[in-house]
Amino acid sequence: MDLQRDEVILDIKDLKMYFPVTRGLLRRKVADVKAVDGVTFTLKRGETLGLVGETGCGKTTIGRCILRLYQPTAGQIWFEGDEISSLPEKTMKHIRCNMALIFQDPYSSLDPRQSAGSIVGEPLKIHHWAGSRSEYNDRVEQLFRLVGLDPSMMDRFPHEFSGGQRQRIGVARALACEPSLIVCDEPISALDVSIQAQIINLLEELQAGLKGLTYLFIAHDLSVVRHISDRVAVMYLGRIVEITQSQTLYENPLHPYTMALLSAVPIADPFVEKRRERIILKGEVPSPLNPPPGCSFHPRCPQAIPECSQVVPPLRDVGSGHQVACIRV
Amino acid sequence: MPELLMVNNLKTQFNTEGGVVKAVDGISYHIDEQEIIGLVGESGCGKSVSQLSVMQLIFPPGKIVGGEVIFEGRDLLKFEAHGPEMRSVRGAKIAMIFQEPMTSLNPVLTINQQLTEMLELHLGMSRQDARERAIELLGMVGIPDARSRIDDYPHQFSGGMRQRVMIAMALSCNPRILIADEPTTAVDVTTQAELLELMKDMVEQSSASLIIVTHNLGVVARYAQRIYIMYAGRIVEAGTTEDIFGDPRHPYTIGLLQCIPRLDEEKGRKLVPIEGLPPNLINMPPTCAFLPRCSDKSERCSQEPWPPLKHLQGQHYIACHNSY
Repeated sequence: MDLQRDEVILDIKDLKMYFPVTRGLLRRKVADVKAVDGVTFTLKRGETLGLVGETGCGKTTIGRCILRLYQPTAGQIWFEGDEISSLPEKTMKHIRCNMALIFQDPYSSLDPRQSAGSIVGEPLKIHHWAGSRSEYNDRVEQLFRLVGLDPSMMDRFPHEFSGGQRQRIGVARALACEPSLIVCDEPISALDVSIQAQIINLLEELQAGLKGLTYLFIAHDLSVVRHISDRVAVMYLGRIVEITQSQTLYENPLHPYTMALLSAVPIADPFVEKRRERIILKGEVPSPLNPPPGCSFHPRCPQAIPECSQVVPPLRDVGSGHQVACIRV
Repeated sequence: MPELLMVNNLKTQFNTEGGVVKAVDGISYHIDEQEIIGLVGESGCGKSVSQLSVMQLIFPPGKIVGGEVIFEGRDLLKFEAHGPEMRSVRGAKIAMIFQEPMTSLNPVLTINQQLTEMLELHLGMSRQDARERAIELLGMVGIPDARSRIDDYPHQFSGGMRQRVMIAMALSCNPRILIADEPTTAVDVTTQAELLELMKDMVEQSSASLIIVTHNLGVVARYAQRIYIMYAGRIVEAGTTEDIFGDPRHPYTIGLLQCIPRLDEEKGRKLVPIEGLPPNLINMPPTCAFLPRCSDKSERCSQEPWPPLKHLQGQHYIACHNSY
């Protein structure tokens, strides 16, 4: 069992995803939006890795590259021992059986004209998962129970469900073909505060129950990411600036951006808040169309020195798996 | 500190095909001079509608059906919604920042046109003076190179910048009260921190008061002095920030605090979700609206109507049969 725990399920090496910007009648390429610009990380079986960052930092793009919804510009994606970044679509379809995606918006990610049962069952049909009609029905029923929905609601349509219930349908659909990796792309940000905890707990219970289920949990809410993840990767402008155990993230952040991000999240406790130091970042996130030279965070960094604008800091290990990309650490 | 705004038993309803929605069902609160208060609740609890009611910005099928809003000794609800008295208060003495910076600025007017309109209308400035003042205001809220950007259109600004323009606009006539309705939900965390600090500084500088309407308990813990917790159109708990976080009494408040993960807690705590769903506000039973989700209910709760706010000590009030 321990051996399995250490098995690397996903290994991303120097992943790049550039979106071309075209102009004019001939759609001439004039520039690249460097959404993901050299990202490397690994994910072990049964682990949850949190990916945090602000809008436009490329976290969703990474998730989509892993499922090959985008064709990466460069880099390698090793999934369960196969290099999948350039596999043909036909082979990719089989591989996708083992990965799934949970979307942010439980309203637009479910087809309003399909019943809940057929939404959950669709992956089973696509991947010919069930041998017979009764096997299919049993599986859909089982999935409904698994996510805490009453199977009698199978014939209802998405609009008849609340936001939290819809997200449960999305989770059931993701689980349909027993994937080993689920990319959760902001799965709770569209939900009400009191409902968020229900979905977080559901995801945690599923992972505890289904051995080896691995999550890549993408979100902008640091406290949620820290709660659910074993490790957290912080992204800024297409690059990972820090990866660490989620326990040490709050106690010992090393990258100035991580520190600023942490201090920007208010804690629901006025007694703690009074003692906290606040780092207020000046300016805005630069455009990924034209990122600053060197460390892309240097124009906003409170600790920047002249060298920061000259070298791109590599992500390096500073002990016990804590990686940081800053020359001042 | 004297009370600046006093809201008594405010009721706002929406007549829909399905029935009457009591969006705000008799709430009372007040804000003192130079105070920052928080109004916290989930979507649909009536927190925004209550603020729009104070400004008389409720349109059919919505209707303010009762209560009073005492501001500077006068009941604002006695004034015509479109009358001159209300117009001289709205935007000038009580200003509001809306949630969506994308939709609350007019996309076909330049920032200059939108900012100077207020100054010319409320303060009677000349066009040239208004423009100079607008540039000054944009500089104050941290828009770099304000003089060259003032003739830009909203789409040329980023989300955070647009919200800064909104702040500049709201503060342009030196309001006594600034109402910020979910001011930071549409922006990123670091921008959120920056905007809230800016709002706090600006309000402090002009000795105004600030009402923060939000679902984020962290934000009010950081900035508010007093907090009102709303559920299904009513206030269920009120108190100083220390009361609410240090000694929460209403089961809903306790539930809210337990269901959010905290950045500084030990790893491995299991979240305690509030079971069930927020109620549908159409045809509500007379009993406590939180009853179906409550973890601390007694027999009394299902027999007696929703209790009014009762005083605990100091400024701490709750509306619950059981906790005392």
